[in-house]
Amino acid sequence: MGLNQMLIKLAEGMGTSFWIFGITLLLSLPLGMFVAFGRMSKNTGIRGLTKIYISIMRGTPLMLQLMVVYFGPYYLFGVRISPFYRYIAVIIGFVLNYAAYFAEIYRSGIESMPVGQYEAAEILGYSKSQTFIHIILPQVIKRILPSVTNEVITLVKDTSLAFVIAVSEMFTTAKALASAQTSMIPYVAAGIFYYVFNFLVAWIMERLEKKLNYYR
Amino acid sequence: MYYLEMNHIKKHFDDLEVLKDISLKVEEGQVVAIIGPSGSGKSTLLRCATMLERMDDGELIYLGEKAAWSENGASVYEKPGKLRELKRYYGLVFQNFNLFPHYSVMKNICDAPVRVQKRDKKEVTEQARMLLKKMGLADKENAYPYQLSGGQQQRVSIARALCMNPKILFFDEPTSALDPQLTGEILKVIKDLAAEHMTMVIVTHEMNFARNVADHIIFMENGVIVEEGEPETLFTSDNPRIKEFLGKFED
Repeated sequence: MGLNQMLIKLAEGMGTSFWIFGITLLLSLPLGMFVAFGRMSKNTGIRGLTKIYISIMRGTPLMLQLMVVYFGPYYLFGVRISPFYRYIAVIIGFVLNYAAYFAEIYRSGIESMPVGQYEAAEILGYSKSQTFIHIILPQVIKRILPSVTNEVITLVKDTSLAFVIAVSEMFTTAKALASAQTSMIPYVAAGIFYYVFNFLVAWIMERLEKKLNYYR
Repeated sequence: MYYLEMNHIKKHFDDLEVLKDISLKVEEGQVVAIIGPSGSGKSTLLRCATMLERMDDGELIYLGEKAAWSENGASVYEKPGKLRELKRYYGLVFQNFNLFPHYSVMKNICDAPVRVQKRDKKEVTEQARMLLKKMGLADKENAYPYQLSGGQQQRVSIARALCMNPKILFFDEPTSALDPQLTGEILKVIKDLAAEHMTMVIVTHEMNFARNVADHIIFMENGVIVEEGEPETLFTSDNPRIKEFLGKFED
């Protein structure tokens, strides 16, 4: 197999990696906000459950979580799983895991807001939701952006974990090619891919941070 | 009819009784200054009046409308909807300004009147420009809070409060975060408002200012009103505690 063909194969895997990355972000960023609210809820039941959920997501390997989501329905309930289910499982696994991390980042940002901002808004008559959406959230986003960047960069690399349930993303393809062709080139190409991908992510996030630098 | 009436206010934090049966009345156009040593409960009283803090017991009345009353030794508050209506009667200027850092000066002032009071944006913007001019900040409408000095930020926050057209304006130690020169700026603004007969309740450590501007001074200590009255009466009081307190300020 020539270099060209290898690269074409790798490009297919790359597409899958992009796809896992994009959908995970799209779903886990908003879901994390709900989890953060649960974590800060006055209701002890909701707060307790959310804490347990976050604790499990952060305390066990994502690889294991993917396996549980994929194989769980069969081993636990005897449900026959279709081959297509692995694509759903990979999204469920990633979204649940990343929502937990994002929730903690949101919480740290929300709890770091000075109480004076809430009080000023209350005196001016803003409702609770107006206060959150217009006064608190924009400032929270600015505060948490560096931590979110970290998490997004980790996600780029974590997409390679999808190989455990045989989703042929970039890294799975690279490994298969490397052993079939007894060549290091697929690994080198994979390394370059992840690096360039993250370089772009960091660049975009930096631009975003600059854009929010109009105030202090 | 009084603009503000507080009757038999009690408030405690854990074991600490911060307000022990405080009553005060504010008439239209009156400027009331509350003075007293730190920890005397002045700020807590103001926070109870503005409902940032809930009283344990007592009555709170704005322009004859009850926000809270006493039942079996505990305060009962009106429904949230009614409280929101009553909150329109007053504004509060904070010690550390609490401007919204992500909004320009103009937006800080106009956002609440437009978003909360649903007023016409053009009309609000005009009023905001007029207020900024009055505050000597006509050229700062597009600036962000971090670009302003403390005194300027405080003047913006006063403009923000005034743009809501409150009946009463509360000040919680409005100059305590400022150096003497900037303090002067703020005191002048408040003095001008007094000349326009704005009804104000001011918690302050500026004794000379209180003496010059207030119609009525309340001296608080340990959660009670030790003495109150016209400035001259209070400043020439024979009460040893007041003498001692005022003496410290003259040094």
